[in-house]
Amino acid sequence: MSATIPVAETPLVRFLLGRADDALILGHRLSEWTGHAPILEEELALANIGLDLIGQARALYAFAAEAEGAGHDEDDYAYLRDEGQFRNLLIAERPRGDFADTMVRQALYAIYAEMFWQAASQSTQRELAGFAAKAAKEMAYHVRHAGTWVVRLGDGTAESHARAQAALDRIAPYLDEMFDAEDPSLAGIVPDVPALRPGWDGAVRALLEEAKLSLPDVPFPQRGGRAGRHGETLGHLLATFQHLHRSHPGATW
Amino acid sequence: MSEERTPLWEVFIRARQGLAHRHVGSVHAADATLALQAARDVYTRRGEGLSIWVVPSAAITASDPADRDELFEPTASKIYRHPTFYDIPDDVGHM
Amino acid sequence: MYTQGLVSIEGAGGAEEERFQARVDAEERIEPNDRMPEAYRRTLLRQISQHAHSEIVGMLPEGNWITRAPSLKRKAALLAKVQDEGGHGLYLYAAAETLGSSREEMVDALLEGRAKYSSIFNYPTRTWADIGAIGWLVDGAAIMNQIPLCRCSYGPYARAMIRICREESFHQRQGYEIMLTLCRGTEAQKAMAQDALDRWWWPCLMMFGPPDGESQHSDASARWKIKRFSNDGLRQKFIDATVPQAHYLGLAVPDPELRFDEASGHWHSGPIDWEEFRRVLAGGGVCNRDRLEARRRAHEEGAWVREAALAYAARQRRVAA
Repeated sequence: MSATIPVAETPLVRFLLGRADDALILGHRLSEWTGHAPILEEELALANIGLDLIGQARALYAFAAEAEGAGHDEDDYAYLRDEGQFRNLLIAERPRGDFADTMVRQALYAIYAEMFWQAASQSTQRELAGFAAKAAKEMAYHVRHAGTWVVRLGDGTAESHARAQAALDRIAPYLDEMFDAEDPSLAGIVPDVPALRPGWDGAVRALLEEAKLSLPDVPFPQRGGRAGRHGETLGHLLATFQHLHRSHPGATW
Repeated sequence: MSEERTPLWEVFIRARQGLAHRHVGSVHAADATLALQAARDVYTRRGEGLSIWVVPSAAITASDPADRDELFEPTASKIYRHPTFYDIPDDVGHM
Repeated sequence: MYTQGLVSIEGAGGAEEERFQARVDAEERIEPNDRMPEAYRRTLLRQISQHAHSEIVGMLPEGNWITRAPSLKRKAALLAKVQDEGGHGLYLYAAAETLGSSREEMVDALLEGRAKYSSIFNYPTRTWADIGAIGWLVDGAAIMNQIPLCRCSYGPYARAMIRICREESFHQRQGYEIMLTLCRGTEAQKAMAQDALDRWWWPCLMMFGPPDGESQHSDASARWKIKRFSNDGLRQKFIDATVPQAHYLGLAVPDPELRFDEASGHWHSGPIDWEEFRRVLAGGGVCNRDRLEARRRAHEEGAWVREAALAYAARQRRVAA
């Protein structure tokens, strides 16, 4: 087995890994649909979205590698960190679930991520700003695509409505964490994340209204992903994702 | 097992500005919005397009191949519609 | 693609069949609403829908490794490749629909076990090297079969194949590059690559179909320019192209009779175990049951999604009306 790498996490490295992990883990969840989607056209759509996210993860890991300066590469970060070193939001790691789980999660995350990357395109760090502008465009399409489906599921049949509402109820505890502030030392490089909340609330309210769905009250929001405190599902995901890479220490693929 | 059929849409793509939309294939989708997104996801994965049209396949009225002779053959004899029908001496130059 | 009032010329007498054959002989493409012999339509519909089913079922063995791909580069490439296969299935269903069947009917035929798909996908992908071997060998064999289909007499099929062949050009290279990386890697990786070649070589040779003398549909398909080369001819072409590639990798082709015949300029290969071919075709492969189960499950679990989209669309139409 390949050994786990230590990562020297400055606030910047930690931020970059967090965003990269969001994209990787969510992209992985989408890739789990391959060959099993409800509609052939959606096979292609889900793969496109997954590929966008995996691409974002790779770019962000490259930034992290540069910021860390320890000679790590994208695969070291993706394959050789343990669960507790993953910095992704809990919303990203929730199981694939049914098509409603996937689309509801995707819409809520994409609305957030589009706003985040839009704001990050003003970053004082030019490379990050350039990446963010591109990522924002990708997320805008994810918003459109997932939003279209959320409306059709929410306002489709009685069954689809019930499934979409159940999906929303399941994911709701993981939304607040998206708006936790990044390290204050990163001001200027990283957008003011809590400030994104009102815009997100408005966009989500409009979408859910059209979809005839309602956000439930969340008495106990869950957080801790950024600190490496994950639920039970990420470990299984990583066991699948990392096992081959780790079984051949030092091998090239 | 037979379920309600999801409508078929014809997809037309403009590869770049200045070109007409061209038929590239079809997708199944319940409505126009989904059809447009499906067309994007299926037919523009390699940078093939800048603009998409989707048209319900059922909305296309096609000529009958059996009418081919009466529809298209009469033009074959109208050779005066083509520039080569007219004799202009070479001395006149390009025209 | 649109189809209106398919016109069959069966029973219309020999003269019309002759005219049809003359058009085919003149390399004229047949288009959806053209008059065509019923047997031509049926043959094409069977072949194109089987081809579509193969692409769709073919997503499963490779999909088996997307979540375990050993690097992010490989993961992205594999996801894109398997996505292409879904796209190819989609193009092919569309081409088949121009012959008067619906995608729903074709999918039902697959799920009810009435339609065939390529037997190669009933073999399991046991290791990562299988992903390399599939790209290199299975896609390599498929490309050999498919390139002549770009000139098939039926226009929509030929056009779908042109698009497919263009997109597939990266698939085989992707697979061979995986094999090359494994063969230049650790001993364990090289062993993995050899094991994959050992398991996939013979099934890939079977992909070209039974020997020419035993093939059911070959004569009519050749006459109608649906099939332009014989099974054995394409198989030999594949062997000739692939053996040197295996040698470049430093791998041994699992055929003790394999030798280069100077006189003919071809690689001579040993006998194929057609008993295995028939067994897997009949349902005796490792994964036959699993493949159909997976497709059925996806279809059944997706029914409520399709219903929701249709119900929403119907309501929007009523509101607009």
